[in-house]
Amino acid sequence: MGRYVARRLLQMIPVFLGTTLLIFLMVYSLPGDPVAGMFGDKGADPATLAKIRHDLGLDLPLWQQYWNYMTDIILHFDFGNQIRNGRPITEVLGEAFPVTLQLAALAFAFELVFGIGLGIIAGLKAGRLADNAILIFTLLIISIPVFVLGFIIKMVFAFELGWIEPNVSNDQLVSEMIAPAIVLGGLSLAYVARLTRTSMAENLRADYMRTAVAKGLPRRRVIGVHLMRNSMIPVVTFLGTDIGALMGGAVVTERIFNIKGVGGLIAESITRREGSTLVGLVTILVIIYLVTSLLIDLLYAVLDPRIRYA
Amino acid sequence: MTIIDNTATVPSPRDGSGHNGPLLEVRDLHVEFHTRDGVAKAVNGVNYSVNAGETLAVLGESGSGKSVTAQAIMGILDMPPGKIPQGEILFRGQDMLKMSDEERRKVRGRKIAMIFQDALSSLNPVLSVGYQLGEMFRVHQGLSKKDAKVKAIELMDKVKIPAAAARVSDYPHQFSGGMRQRIMIAMALALEPDLIIADEPTTALDVTVQAQVMDLLAELQQEYNMGLILITHDLGVVADVADKIAVMYAGRIVEQAPVHELYGRPAHPYTRGLLDSIPRLDQKGQELYAIKGLPPNLLRVPTGCAFNPRCPKADDICRTEIPALAPVTEQNGADLPGRKSACHFWKETIHG
Amino acid sequence: MPDVTKTATAVEDAVALPADVTAPAKQEKARSLWGDAWVDLRRNPYFLVASVLIFFLLLIAVFPSVFTSASPTKGDLVKHFLGKPELGAIGSEGWLGYDGQGRSVYARLIYGTRASIIVGVTVTAIVTLVGGVMGMLAGYFGGWIDALLSRLTDIFFGIPFLLGAMVVLQSFVERTVWVVVFALAFLGWTQMARVMRGAVITVKQADYVHAAKALGAGTTRILFRHILPNAMAPVIVVATIALGGYISAEATLSYLGLGLAAPTVSWGVDISTGVDQIRVAQHILLWPSIMLSITVLAFIMLGEAVRNALDPKLR
Repeated sequence: MGRYVARRLLQMIPVFLGTTLLIFLMVYSLPGDPVAGMFGDKGADPATLAKIRHDLGLDLPLWQQYWNYMTDIILHFDFGNQIRNGRPITEVLGEAFPVTLQLAALAFAFELVFGIGLGIIAGLKAGRLADNAILIFTLLIISIPVFVLGFIIKMVFAFELGWIEPNVSNDQLVSEMIAPAIVLGGLSLAYVARLTRTSMAENLRADYMRTAVAKGLPRRRVIGVHLMRNSMIPVVTFLGTDIGALMGGAVVTERIFNIKGVGGLIAESITRREGSTLVGLVTILVIIYLVTSLLIDLLYAVLDPRIRYA
Repeated sequence: MTIIDNTATVPSPRDGSGHNGPLLEVRDLHVEFHTRDGVAKAVNGVNYSVNAGETLAVLGESGSGKSVTAQAIMGILDMPPGKIPQGEILFRGQDMLKMSDEERRKVRGRKIAMIFQDALSSLNPVLSVGYQLGEMFRVHQGLSKKDAKVKAIELMDKVKIPAAAARVSDYPHQFSGGMRQRIMIAMALALEPDLIIADEPTTALDVTVQAQVMDLLAELQQEYNMGLILITHDLGVVADVADKIAVMYAGRIVEQAPVHELYGRPAHPYTRGLLDSIPRLDQKGQELYAIKGLPPNLLRVPTGCAFNPRCPKADDICRTEIPALAPVTEQNGADLPGRKSACHFWKETIHG
Repeated sequence: MPDVTKTATAVEDAVALPADVTAPAKQEKARSLWGDAWVDLRRNPYFLVASVLIFFLLLIAVFPSVFTSASPTKGDLVKHFLGKPELGAIGSEGWLGYDGQGRSVYARLIYGTRASIIVGVTVTAIVTLVGGVMGMLAGYFGGWIDALLSRLTDIFFGIPFLLGAMVVLQSFVERTVWVVVFALAFLGWTQMARVMRGAVITVKQADYVHAAKALGAGTTRILFRHILPNAMAPVIVVATIALGGYISAEATLSYLGLGLAAPTVSWGVDISTGVDQIRVAQHILLWPSIMLSITVLAFIMLGEAVRNALDPKLR
């Protein structure tokens, strides 16, 4: 077990460096010059521009810029400053991340409860009306693009019924976040429901289920203990990797409901060529992704003893 | 192993119901499966009975209905697609098919237990063996988790698993095939049931381990005076432990006999074919006999005797009339107790 | 003691049998995985609905002019918004109304199909090819090749898909269909690589692969004759479902202002204009969204149906 964790941690290092380097290269191949952009249409004399570039280290070769950037992050937790207004990027991220985290957490809770719930109902009633209804419902949710779903919800609940505000206020109250969380978590909810259903339907046919019945166990125990312990393994794996995906995918939802989270920051950084902000953002998302996938692997080993001793 | 005539008279010590008939009696059982390709008639009127302390071997190829019958007795058939259109399964004289689900559940595991073929897939992979054994006591006897674990270790000792106390928290995949099958046996024995159904208990095991497991099963059966239904396609296993044999083909019993008589003088061409296809040391160098053709498709069972397309003795009557399972006698008409055959030409087969 | 029935059938297989005995049995044996799947598919209503939808979508994408005589680009400003939909006149220029520049929403819907289908199909093709090769090499050879390719896959997988596509798109001045295809394929191949790798590893352990190796078959032959055909099932399923996802992603990027842009005619472009005019004229957003959802639904249904047909466990 210890060796397994160590190996996984070692594997994470090249992935972390590789991913950050990749996004770094991608971002810095963006056309346009953020420094020139600072001065707007008036422009500035070339000497000033060169000096600012030099001060920011933008005149160094790309690999050196990457090296400086990563050492600053790793050694001093310093993500640099925004080019436009000189604000420390940690501060900018510190404002945006909690908002998105809250949204993602709500969406996650939503998909966890309803996704698994619907999946269990469908799995136990496989082939019957409830199962087919859930199957069609999830199919529709998966097919409707997030922004369309968001607009439907906004149109119906905000404009027609007036139950919610169309846009989330700057206070980001939990009550305001519910509708966006449903939109964000909807797709994953459908996946979780289908995965749970498939997994249960598959395990229902397993030999050990027949044994459990033959042992004379009551139905609730056969389902609750024997079936669930086995069926939840793939679901847990999916849920784990989904935390990071929810945060990365919040761009659209945040745009629809005008939430000032990571999504808005991403869009803003891309248009303003704020490379450091963008890379910093992705770096944190990558860390979240790597940590959750490690945790999932460990959880997997806890849930499935066959992996543990492999 | 005792022979049939003796065991039949041994009363079951734990039979408190005052019922005098056999421990288990299956009467005219039919099972069919409704699939998208049609109705598969898996069992077509099976009759057999088992007494306490007696071993009945049910022999047949895959698809003969031997396992389906067992599952019907156990009440673990998948229904749907399975269906039992007619028949009775009497346990101590009471028809289990008429019981409520809850009554049925209380019989399972406590009165009738089952051992499955592939212990690796039949044991829950994510629960420790101790948990799975202890579950029997926790559910049926309301024991605490701790007491159940103690009982689980006792059981593992009983089936001769070395270092039981140390291994009780291990998972099924950490045991060898033979040890896993012992755990299955322990699980079946846990509540000292009256009847055990063993569905090909040794098929998945090495030959040397097979013998050990069968010996263990026979030993424990004698100790507890249990009835045993042994489902197998291995004639070798049967010879050593069974008292009587029922040979099944296409969902029917085609021959019934005390074990040694069947080996000596089969009264059905199918049984004869099975016996002839066992490789024997004294026939080295000769070509091994094989029953020609394939087992019948249960969606389209041949008319008449289901075995007729593969039978060397088949005649016109075999293609039109289903032979009844009728008593077999000596050439002079003397009774052969316990012997029956479902063949139009049983006389020629047994005496020919 | 050997088990008699097994011995008997084994011997049987080796000797020639009279044809009349084996004929009916052979017929059933011949129902292979794919043959069985086909039987299953033909009875699946989801499959039939999806096939009909996809057939029509392809038809529209290839021959848009057959479905409408109106132009998707020429607008009559007089009709702008005010030209209310005449839903009764199915198929006419104005039956779904006009957009802000007086262009027929219906014509734009028809002509916009091509962009979505091209993006979906091409991205899926590229991603399956690239990811498939990577996954196959990693899964088959294992060892350091697997370690290297798997880490490479992890690296690309680490970047959130939509975010990565946004960055890639932003670095192109002119965003044509092919630029969008590149942006989606750039990060999309990782999923396919993972699926293929898993499938190849499973197939690699099958007895028939060992048998082929023991018979001296070469690596290429084993890969293409034995492993690939058997590892394709999960890849095809994932690819079909992903195809719908790519079409949806293209529109999402347009919605974010980073996808296809005018003068290209696409649902995404109309959706992004529709969003801006949501309070004035909902129908501009409505129809492309519906078309988009139906298209995605069709491909997902197809993928699901194929999956169910290929996986007997789910039956």
